[in-house]
Amino acid sequence: MAKDIRMDQQDGQAKTFGDRIMDFFASLFDIYKFIARFCKEAFTAPFEFRETIRQCFNVGYKSLAIITLTGFITGIVFTKQSRPSLSEFGATSWLPSLISIALIRALAPLITALIAAGKIGSNIGAELGSMNVTEQIDAMEVSGTNPFRFLVVSRVLATTFMLPVLMVYAGFIGLMGAFLNVHQNELTSFTTFIHDAFTRISFLDIFASVFKSLAYGFTIGITGCFLGYKASQGTVGVGRAANSTVVASMFLIFIEEMVIVQIVNYMR
Amino acid sequence: MKETISHNKEKVISIENLSKSFGKINVLNEVNLEVYKGENVVVLGRSGSGKSVLIKIISGLIKKDSGHVAVLGKEMESLDSKQLQELRLHIGFSFQGSALYDGMSVRENLEFPLIRNKRNLSKKELTESVEQVLHDVGLLQTIDQMPSELSGGQKKRIGIARTLILKPEIMLYDEPTGGIDPITCVELNNLINKVQEQYNTSSIIITHDLTCAKTTGNRIAMLIDGKIERQGNFDEVFASEDPRIRAFYNYNFITRS
Repeated sequence: MAKDIRMDQQDGQAKTFGDRIMDFFASLFDIYKFIARFCKEAFTAPFEFRETIRQCFNVGYKSLAIITLTGFITGIVFTKQSRPSLSEFGATSWLPSLISIALIRALAPLITALIAAGKIGSNIGAELGSMNVTEQIDAMEVSGTNPFRFLVVSRVLATTFMLPVLMVYAGFIGLMGAFLNVHQNELTSFTTFIHDAFTRISFLDIFASVFKSLAYGFTIGITGCFLGYKASQGTVGVGRAANSTVVASMFLIFIEEMVIVQIVNYMR
Repeated sequence: MKETISHNKEKVISIENLSKSFGKINVLNEVNLEVYKGENVVVLGRSGSGKSVLIKIISGLIKKDSGHVAVLGKEMESLDSKQLQELRLHIGFSFQGSALYDGMSVRENLEFPLIRNKRNLSKKELTESVEQVLHDVGLLQTIDQMPSELSGGQKKRIGIARTLILKPEIMLYDEPTGGIDPITCVELNNLINKVQEQYNTSSIIITHDLTCAKTTGNRIAMLIDGKIERQGNFDEVFASEDPRIRAFYNYNFITRS
């Protein structure tokens, strides 16, 4: 029986289907070891407070502009798209509630995570990949610094803790965009809009969104760091690490969204 | 050609029967090498002969398969991660591509190992240390430049300065003259000799450049197919009739002519 043999592009050696399955499980084991090392190093001294705060600034502050723009546009567009359907039933007064539920439960966490995967994830993948292929990580290690703690732990903590902050900000900006549109068309006051918007929002909605954002932030950080830290083959490897980070992060974010929504609906 | 260092001195690096493979490729095969205090040992060999792997094993960046490696009297395999980190403070590693941190200026690159390892230094002491070591490598004027603004030779010198700032006892140079023009090569060779004298270091210099080997090495070790085939001073090594060693010498000679 003919075997499925292909030439491996990386090392030019023939790899069977079985070899590829083994490689897949080896990669999963590598990811497990990487996460286990993160958990160990994140909770043992010495802590990299200064670098973590610097990374929080990079992840949070430097993403504000794009989060503001996308959040605001999302709020306006979602309001405009929802109005015709509600007006058929004479229910445009429900717009603030509908928009706030959509934004807080799903849109704000997802949009923030997808923007962060593209902007922050690719940045981490490319930066660590570049440091790896130019031996900067080795240089750090031989100069008496633990590069995993300095580079990986600080970045993963920063993405994990800044994503919820960015999500809350994106939600607020989205609501402001929605308010402008509602105010323009329905002449609703700001107080009424905020009152209607938060009437239907429960603690569980906010808790679930914050929890989701923590999970998305961790996913983006750990994916970028893992792929960057393991990058090889020069500039090609750097590009591949950045690209793979975005693709893998987005894929995992949607999987997590699906799982968390099921759990929250079960709890509701 | 430099004079040979007396082997009655203390051994700072001792390698016995060191072997290392990557998959099916046997890179180092039963390598034996010793470096004595104050000595510059040049490991000569073709690209891919395992030279860089050798010094990465010495610095603990790559794990060996078998054999013994002792640095400053400490067996590498017996060290835990904290002890290894402490030992590394006595070893300077000059990387082939300099490995300067792209996002930091020259000053920050040099301050980084100091801040990480000597946390009680004042800002004034930091600045003095940085300026002193930059002065030693002749690049004080680049202190506020970014690595992307430096030439290849300048990057190599800054890379050496960054290792010197911790005052190491051992220097490991990975292709110090690789990809550098001949005049800068001479400057770098002189810098390696200056570091040996001024900082009293013992060094392993990995190269395939015979001029660098002849200028900087007290002893030459010829690494061929993962084995040290011949050791001695420059003339002794190249007095060999081994066709592989002759070919190495002739090739260098022809290309330089």
